[in-house]
Amino acid sequence: MLNQQEIIMIIEGLRDTLIIVGFSTVFGYVLGLPLGIILAVTDKGGIKPNVIVYKTLDLVTNVLRSFPFIILLVVLIPVTRAIVGKSYGIGATIVPLVFAAAPFIGRMVESSLKEVDKGVIEAAQSLGAGNGTIIFKVLIAEARTSLLVGATIAFGTILGYSAMAGAVGGGGLGSIAIRYGYNRFQPQILWPSVIILILLVQLFQIIGMRISKKLDRRKK
Amino acid sequence: MSEKIIEIKKLNKSFVTEKGELTALNDVSLGIEKKDIYGIIGLSGAGKSTLVRCMNLLERPTSGEVIVNGRELNSLSDRQLRAERRKIGMIFQHFNLLMQRSVIDNVAFPLEIAGRKKKDARKKALEYLEAVGLSEKANAYPAQLSGGQKQRVAIARVLASKPEILLCDEATSALDPQTTKSILALLKEINEKYGITIVVITHEMSVIQEICRHVAVLEHGRLVESGTTEELFRAPKTAEAKRLVFSGSEHILEMTSERVVRVSFHGVSAYEPTIGNIVLETKTPINILYANTSTVNGNAEGEMLLQLPEDDEKADRIIRYFREKGLNPEEVNADVKSAGNHNDN
Repeated sequence: MLNQQEIIMIIEGLRDTLIIVGFSTVFGYVLGLPLGIILAVTDKGGIKPNVIVYKTLDLVTNVLRSFPFIILLVVLIPVTRAIVGKSYGIGATIVPLVFAAAPFIGRMVESSLKEVDKGVIEAAQSLGAGNGTIIFKVLIAEARTSLLVGATIAFGTILGYSAMAGAVGGGGLGSIAIRYGYNRFQPQILWPSVIILILLVQLFQIIGMRISKKLDRRKK
Repeated sequence: MSEKIIEIKKLNKSFVTEKGELTALNDVSLGIEKKDIYGIIGLSGAGKSTLVRCMNLLERPTSGEVIVNGRELNSLSDRQLRAERRKIGMIFQHFNLLMQRSVIDNVAFPLEIAGRKKKDARKKALEYLEAVGLSEKANAYPAQLSGGQKQRVAIARVLASKPEILLCDEATSALDPQTTKSILALLKEINEKYGITIVVITHEMSVIQEICRHVAVLEHGRLVESGTTEELFRAPKTAEAKRLVFSGSEHILEMTSERVVRVSFHGVSAYEPTIGNIVLETKTPINILYANTSTVNGNAEGEMLLQLPEDDEKADRIIRYFREKGLNPEEVNADVKSAGNHNDN
């Protein structure tokens, strides 16, 4: 059985995980949402096609997405140090996670926005709506359920990445599972950590789907 | 009434596709008078939708002018164009409502675009919903409505931006005949009540017949014929127009032999038993191959295709009789047949 110290460690790990994943998701969207919008708007068939902008962002997104996360983690150490002042700990974990999540989130936002019926966009244009109005009141508003499903997926993915950050001295449950469970072979710490991570993903998945279903007005 | 609200001059539009350049509109010119209900008819692929999209510049023409209310749309800045578009409403075949907004918020949408406060916009929106008879559905969502109700919401939404022109792109093509009739009646009412000029795009002659005063026939991107609806029904000049007016009669033509005449009835003569009288007086049987009489804007319009006896003397006598009655039988054997064949393509 776990002793009190170990239980406290796991609870603190859970707290750290929530902080890391929460901040990473939020900052991931701060970068990824505008990225996704620009990708959707400037692509062929978008409301303001621009080949140069689209191709450039498309390339950057793909490059960042193809980086194995563990490599990105190491490559970004100077950047992380410049932003949070050190290369380990909770803050240091968030920086590479945001870089990994933003292009992924951008792609999901792009695909959600592209699902919006072209006819509805055309109708808005015929009513004299400008591009800003179309982006916020048509594209994002009409795609909201799809965007929320995307956010749920993003959360789960970032949670998975956060465990890897443990390998380079980041914090959180994933880190505990690797350090105590894997490196020191302590299954009594490994398994509770893993199970809590699984439950966390399940919980957010259910909440995300519930909300998106509730917000969807397309059903009778 | 003769003031033109929309003028299209030498309009060309081509698309670059994978198979090469595709000409959608070829040197189209037309003028639409204020407060008119103007129909544009043609088969699918004739370029009707492209033409109507050029009228609010959802589609940029390759060359030519689009003058709405005296302003050439192509010369406007984006901001000016958006302002102009608010005066040119448009409704669509698939309604294109915002699915995540309630009915009332759909109608309030153009008012929000115009910068009105949400509460104020909703109040105004309710008035327009009342105008289309849907105020009890204000808080429903589009997914809960029938096709006809959705189109009514779309019409209310367009009215909310107080347009001078309403473009209807196959607005009744997804609706059943009964609902089509009620939507057309609503459009007619809007035309009369608000003085909105209406442009109707359709492939159905019955829609033209029901509400349009003027009509243009589009074929392969060219405007082949235009005039009043009565003229088109009474005496279609081009093969395409004849085909549209006589649609449904092609299969009969296969059976025809020898001489066939087309007789147009116009106004009161459609109510006289003309055919009966001819048979009685000439003592010659005639075969009615096709008949279509209907009411166009209050006037009776009728068309018949009659097969005459093979005996030329008897046939000529019948033709003479029609002429005496002031009707103008036209031997249409060849061109109606060719129009019929054309339809197989």
